Amino acid sequence: MNKILFSAVSKKFVMALAGLFLLLFLPVHLGINLMLLKSDPEPFNTAAHFMATFPLVKVVEILLILAILVHVTYGITLQILNWCSRPVGYAVRNKSDTSAFSRFMIWTGGSVLIFLVIHFFNFYFIKLGIVEGDPENFYAVAQQLFVIPSYAILYWICFLILGFHLYHALQSAFQTLGLSNEFWKPVIRVISLIYAIVIPLGFAIIPFVILLFK
Amino acid sequence: MKFKLKIWKQRDAHSRGSFVTYDLDGVAPEMSFIEMLTYLNETLIGKGDEPVTFEHDCHEGICGSCGMYINGYPHGPVKGLTTCLLSMRYFKDGETIVIEPWRAKPFPVIKDLMVDRTSFDKIQQAGGFISISVGAAPEANAIPVRKHSSDLAFDASVCIGCGACVAACKNASAMLFVSAKISQYALLPQGRPEGKDRVRAMIAEMDKQGFGSCSNTGACEAQCPKQIKLFNIARLNREYFKAY
Repeated sequence: MNKILFSAVSKKFVMALAGLFLLLFLPVHLGINLMLLKSDPEPFNTAAHFMATFPLVKVVEILLILAILVHVTYGITLQILNWCSRPVGYAVRNKSDTSAFSRFMIWTGGSVLIFLVIHFFNFYFIKLGIVEGDPENFYAVAQQLFVIPSYAILYWICFLILGFHLYHALQSAFQTLGLSNEFWKPVIRVISLIYAIVIPLGFAIIPFVILLFK
Repeated sequence: MKFKLKIWKQRDAHSRGSFVTYDLDGVAPEMSFIEMLTYLNETLIGKGDEPVTFEHDCHEGICGSCGMYINGYPHGPVKGLTTCLLSMRYFKDGETIVIEPWRAKPFPVIKDLMVDRTSFDKIQQAGGFISISVGAAPEANAIPVRKHSSDLAFDASVCIGCGACVAACKNASAMLFVSAKISQYALLPQGRPEGKDRVRAMIAEMDKQGFGSCSNTGACEAQCPKQIKLFNIARLNREYFKAY
């Protein structure tokens, strides 16, 4: 039993499951964020209040934090082991025909993690009471942040990087869970592409609208 | 044809190696890469210099011994070819060719371009076989096999264990090799009875040998001279989780 718990294939399996759980959460988060486009703060603040207080959401929230921790910890652990598997590198860079999105997952993932930490300081930690702020009016907090052009640009860059990460992530998760074959592989690729464009684009539209039209 | 060859030279596993540059003239375009290196060695021996150590055997792309990393590609820049089938006409006259050994912790350099691939043998010995009672060969048609499964099993079985997948992978992962070995048995009824033990043992041995994990970049599939497909790795993952 120890062998399955500590094998690289199992670690990948757990990482893929945690990653898929995070991928399921993103559309929910986007749905709430899109309410920021309304000039009335009420719907957004009500949704944020519901997410902060409804008991079932609290359970999901704990699972989400766990999923982030597991995904990040396993991602870093596996990456270090992978670097150790080739102590002496090549003099000529590997020119094998692979997608650039897949080669830089640790770096795109790391960038998303940095964004997540900033995001937690701006919102989540206010809710937890760690950072000062009004947890009942996240609408105002978001509006104030998005009118700062440098913050909006940083936000766009982060979501572009997230898109790169998601495009490979979804395909990779299906492959790791053994849910890919010669028939489904191209289908999964198209689904991944759509997901990786629609979700980050949805988030990126919000500061764009606020910055230009409000 | 004329080439500048930058070749990795290393006395043994414990020495520090370095690149040595050789200028080679008189290479025929129809020569294979191995023939070109043999020709280089003949000229070196003629001058009293030490020849370059490299592996080769069958010269028809089925033994898997001639692996080397050529200009950033395992087995060279042409897809679907082993180094021994790579013709010199694929290179430009006057080109500099950089030749390195496979780089992976489980493939230590023995000398120059020759690496020790015992780690692959260990994985294979852990479970890459079918235990049968000796005796007369069973009737071939007694066990029905679906044509599609038989084709996929055959495609997986053409893996020659050269190690190009490990050499190409940024993680030095052996997943494509192991998945080919698992698939060729998993798809056939003869391989099923020992299926669970096989996959558990081979994955455990793969980790023990120090190969990296798969991050699904597909470099292995792109460089495999036998064009083993990536979906074999998905099958390997399925087989592994079903085994527990």
